[in-house]
Amino acid sequence: MEQSWNRAKQAFAAIAIPPMAWLVLFFLAPLALVWLFSFGQNDGLKDIAITGTFANYARALEPLYLQIFGKSLWVAALTTLFCLVLGFPVALAITFAPEKWRGWLLLLIMLPFWTNLLVRTYALIAVLRTNGYVNATVEWFWQLGGLDQLLGPYQPMELLYNNFAVIFGLIYVHLPFMVLPLYAALDRLDRSLIEASLDLGAGHLQTILKVVVPLAMPGIVSGIIITFIPALGAYLTPDLLGGPDSQMIANVIERQFKRANDWPFGAALSFLLMYLTFIAIAIQAVVARHRRENARS
Amino acid sequence: MTETTPATEPRTIISFRNVSKRFGRVTAVDDVNLDIREGEFFALLGPSGCGKTTLLRMLAGFEVPTEGQILIDGHDMSHVPPNKRPINMVFQSYAVFPHMTVADNVGYGLRIDGVPAAERRARVEEALALVKLEGFGERMPDQLSGGQRQRVALARALVKRPKVLLLDEPLSALDAKLREAMRFELAQLQEKVGITFIMVTHDQDEALAMACRCAVMNRGMLQQVATPSDLYEFPNSRFVAGFIGSVNMFEGRLSVDEPGHAVVTVPEVNCPIYLDHGVTGALDSQVWVAIRPEKIELAKRNGGPMPKMEDAPEGANVTPGVITHISYLGSESVYEVRLESGRTVRVIRPNLTRWDQEDFGWDEPVWLAWHACSPAVLLS
Repeated sequence: MEQSWNRAKQAFAAIAIPPMAWLVLFFLAPLALVWLFSFGQNDGLKDIAITGTFANYARALEPLYLQIFGKSLWVAALTTLFCLVLGFPVALAITFAPEKWRGWLLLLIMLPFWTNLLVRTYALIAVLRTNGYVNATVEWFWQLGGLDQLLGPYQPMELLYNNFAVIFGLIYVHLPFMVLPLYAALDRLDRSLIEASLDLGAGHLQTILKVVVPLAMPGIVSGIIITFIPALGAYLTPDLLGGPDSQMIANVIERQFKRANDWPFGAALSFLLMYLTFIAIAIQAVVARHRRENARS
Repeated sequence: MTETTPATEPRTIISFRNVSKRFGRVTAVDDVNLDIREGEFFALLGPSGCGKTTLLRMLAGFEVPTEGQILIDGHDMSHVPPNKRPINMVFQSYAVFPHMTVADNVGYGLRIDGVPAAERRARVEEALALVKLEGFGERMPDQLSGGQRQRVALARALVKRPKVLLLDEPLSALDAKLREAMRFELAQLQEKVGITFIMVTHDQDEALAMACRCAVMNRGMLQQVATPSDLYEFPNSRFVAGFIGSVNMFEGRLSVDEPGHAVVTVPEVNCPIYLDHGVTGALDSQVWVAIRPEKIELAKRNGGPMPKMEDAPEGANVTPGVITHISYLGSESVYEVRLESGRTVRVIRPNLTRWDQEDFGWDEPVWLAWHACSPAVLLS
């Protein structure tokens, strides 16, 4: 059996061509088509004329849409931050849990992935709505504590159809994306480094800040990226849990392709979103290289 | 457990008192009592899984004893966390922080302790000089060799001026040449700084070469605590005799036991084994006799008379055999000799002149003889 693909070109081609063809046919070609649409305009109800116009991009950069882009970035950033703050202790706890528990704890983190997103989102509605489980529980405690005699009947909290619900839902959906890379990074960490830090007089918090976090940084960065990118393009969660003021850019794009029937404008918005993502990745790459060079010199 | 070292007692810095450690149903350390003296280089020696590393980790504070007390400088430290103990450790993997420069690694503990920057810099420099790493302060650990990383770990621990320095298998990750050099250097360093060093090792040569005293452990229990030469020459059990160096072990019965001499009858050896000292065992009880290979002398049997050892009666401590195998090792030769009972005995003979290795050949009939002071009688 020839081991070098340099010499066994035919064998390599036989293995590589089907997935490449799949990628070109079902990913690159539609993407190119949408890219072309973004430089076109509606021609009648059904046809799109590719005219090479930048009008769609110009419209996408109007304040109305820039504001939605800004809001999407802000919501995604806040989601990522909360996921990091919540996910780091969780990942740390799984790493240091007894060996026989670790698999089960990881399974608990993975479990939501096996449930349909739509089902999970509706379940969240059932939890958060006016007569949902949260309000019912708080009301029960309200009556148990006799507060209804003091302050009057319980007024249910408005937990749904607002920005809070969107961010809460996004955190719920994206937490596993943060925990898994963090766990992978922490699990690789040499335990004797932590013991050495304790041995040299550092407390647990100092050890986490000075040894664990810096060494888990690659995992933290990849956790941030793979949480931030899908959160930025989130569509279903703001659609189902959000109020009228909590739409994100993906909801606007969806509307262009469907109700507004303005594919060229939707295409332009889509590509702007993609460029934003690329910029985020590029920033990460530059920062990573900077860190590496600093470490070397 | 017997203490065979003469008692010139300096201060005790560490005491284990009835310390046991169990992990579930496994007993890793079993009722250990041990005193370690201030300023000595102490080695914990034993096969893997004997509990020596657990003992060290309890001393560092990474494990809590299930029973018993650990006193450090007179204070019970059994439940004090590692960051509050006057003890520092050099880890087997060195555990040098990969994201910090050498100077930041060495200064880490001082920074935690809030030592002012100027003093910290001076002490880091001093510690780096101590381990011969001057000028390496700005390097990152991935630019260092294994030996240099170990020096960083040493400097990082010593800079805190601990009362006791723990070393977990300090030389096991180094290559053979470097290991030899580091043995000498570590012993020198210990003399220079005067801090008590406690080393864990499975390598008997390492322990014998560096330590003032060694504790031999097996299955969680201390077998013997003694100086290296006492461990080798006066082992107190079959385990210690077999673990330290190589040995010919015979099973026999105690047939004479007087204050001035004793005789052990070994069925595998067709001469009485005569000892120039009493044994204080029950007559006719089962005992073991250990004779080191280099303490057996060879003499030609073809035509020669039966040799007579001047310190043993006629016919004792001399037995016939045939050489079945020779390994020439340069400085010495190892002979495998088959006795008439079929038992094979190992004999080591130094090659004192250039021609000594030609004295005996394969399949040659020989006499084996040993002095009355050479065999060690073991009751367990």
